[in-house]
Amino acid sequence: MIDLSLVPDGGLSWLDGSGPLSHIVLSTRIRLARNVEGVPFATRSTAADRQRVLDRVEGAWRASPFGRGSVRFLLDELEHDDRLLLHERHLISRELVGAPSERDGGSAAAVLLSGATGVMVNEEDHLRLLTVQSGFALTQAYAVLDQLDAALGSAVPFAFHPEFGYLTACPTNAGTGLRASVLIHLPGLVLTKEIAKVLQGLTQVGLTFRGLYGEGSEVVGNFFQLSNQTTLGKSEAELLDHLGKIVRQVVAYEEQARQVLWRDAPNIIADKVWRAYGLLRHARSLSFEEAMNLLSGVRLGVGLNLIPGLGVYMLNKLLIFTQPAHLAAGGASVAGAPEARAAYVRRLLDEEAERRGA
Amino acid sequence: MSLCETCGEREAVVHLTQIVDNTITTLNLCEPCAAEKGVEMGTHAAKFPLGDFLASLGEGPGAAGVAAEADAGCPSCGATLRDFRQTGRLGCADCYRAFEPQLRDLLRRVHGNAQHAGERYRGAAASPPPAADDSSRASGDTLPDLRERLRRAVEAEDFELAARLRDAIRGLE
Repeated sequence: MIDLSLVPDGGLSWLDGSGPLSHIVLSTRIRLARNVEGVPFATRSTAADRQRVLDRVEGAWRASPFGRGSVRFLLDELEHDDRLLLHERHLISRELVGAPSERDGGSAAAVLLSGATGVMVNEEDHLRLLTVQSGFALTQAYAVLDQLDAALGSAVPFAFHPEFGYLTACPTNAGTGLRASVLIHLPGLVLTKEIAKVLQGLTQVGLTFRGLYGEGSEVVGNFFQLSNQTTLGKSEAELLDHLGKIVRQVVAYEEQARQVLWRDAPNIIADKVWRAYGLLRHARSLSFEEAMNLLSGVRLGVGLNLIPGLGVYMLNKLLIFTQPAHLAAGGASVAGAPEARAAYVRRLLDEEAERRGA
Repeated sequence: MSLCETCGEREAVVHLTQIVDNTITTLNLCEPCAAEKGVEMGTHAAKFPLGDFLASLGEGPGAAGVAAEADAGCPSCGATLRDFRQTGRLGCADCYRAFEPQLRDLLRRVHGNAQHAGERYRGAAASPPPAADDSSRASGDTLPDLRERLRRAVEAEDFELAARLRDAIRGLE
């Protein structure tokens, strides 16, 4: 089992709920795709190519301000559950969770982490620079990545084309290589059945949405990831600005929906919230999906100030630590996971309630 | 790459999200299976352009010529357009030069624009020292490159870009 305490804050600094709009927006993530000039992409590269890429990137990383006190995980050497653990923290992609032997160009994959900022090496592209920030923080997230990009790009030559920009294995990422995702909780829009309209609108303005875990993942617990669809033809600032404007609009719709719910059906909403809280506080067995949906109800209650003292930080913590690999890291078997999940949730909520004397 | 959840054979290029009674499900489908489920592909051409483009390679008028083209390999890595069609991934950075016309067309369809407008790469420290002008710093920005881009910018009536390129060319001359 890997020791994530090696990562200074476990890569979880964003959990604290300190960022802007964190009652609705959980986190902001950005990644930049880059490739090393003169080395074939994953599908055509040899094991030696990939090792060379890793060595060069690591050298540049260690020499950069990000290298100090950072951690490296070689994914070839990790068990499946450990890779899943990193993925559940949004520190590696779903693609890197799979066994190295099953991926194209699977060997020498690694992630270098300085807190919640780092670089995945030998994923679909040679480098995927990434950062996760608390709340709605596109500008801040990009500022961090821009620094990392400059530090690595001045030491390792990146593949760049004057017309097409940064070159990537899949043309859908070419240009800026930038994908920004905002993880947002929209129970109000789901309950008022306005969500379909909003999601449809997103695709019309060049954005996409995904589930909690990114590409191809299902929507659970009313969490949505909104991100830019295109990466070429607009500057980084324009892409972020556009996404930011739309996210602000969606947040405003969500707030409106919550007001309408609270105005028209306060008893129904309060009942829903407190039932969710009651089940989490007392259930003896919780499936992942059930826990996610109940946590969504409680989060809505916290947003409406119905549950005094319960904070966003606690909810974020429950969200991360009740995921399958996190329970497994705590010693739970697959069969015992629902009980372990319920026990963990109970313990945290009890401790929390004791602190505020409820 | 994920496979279609219905047939399990082809690559899933359509992610169909349905909302029924507050339950949201996402289905990952290939184009034919999506069409069977009544997902319209025509109205939103920009939505699944990669699938469209890949499917259109080696079809239609002049198919023989296109098929021959699909077998010509990238001089650096040997990847062909046929490989790209199958995997959706290019073999190396030089593929962008080897298949430039096709990729320009594809990039326009995917992104609505094939001209990079973001940060320009300043090169690694080991490469030749960057010129003073920002827009001429990328390693591929030689005079002929810039003149070609200027011609294209004027053609596309992108006069802002054209002005920047003109200045960059003057700087180099």
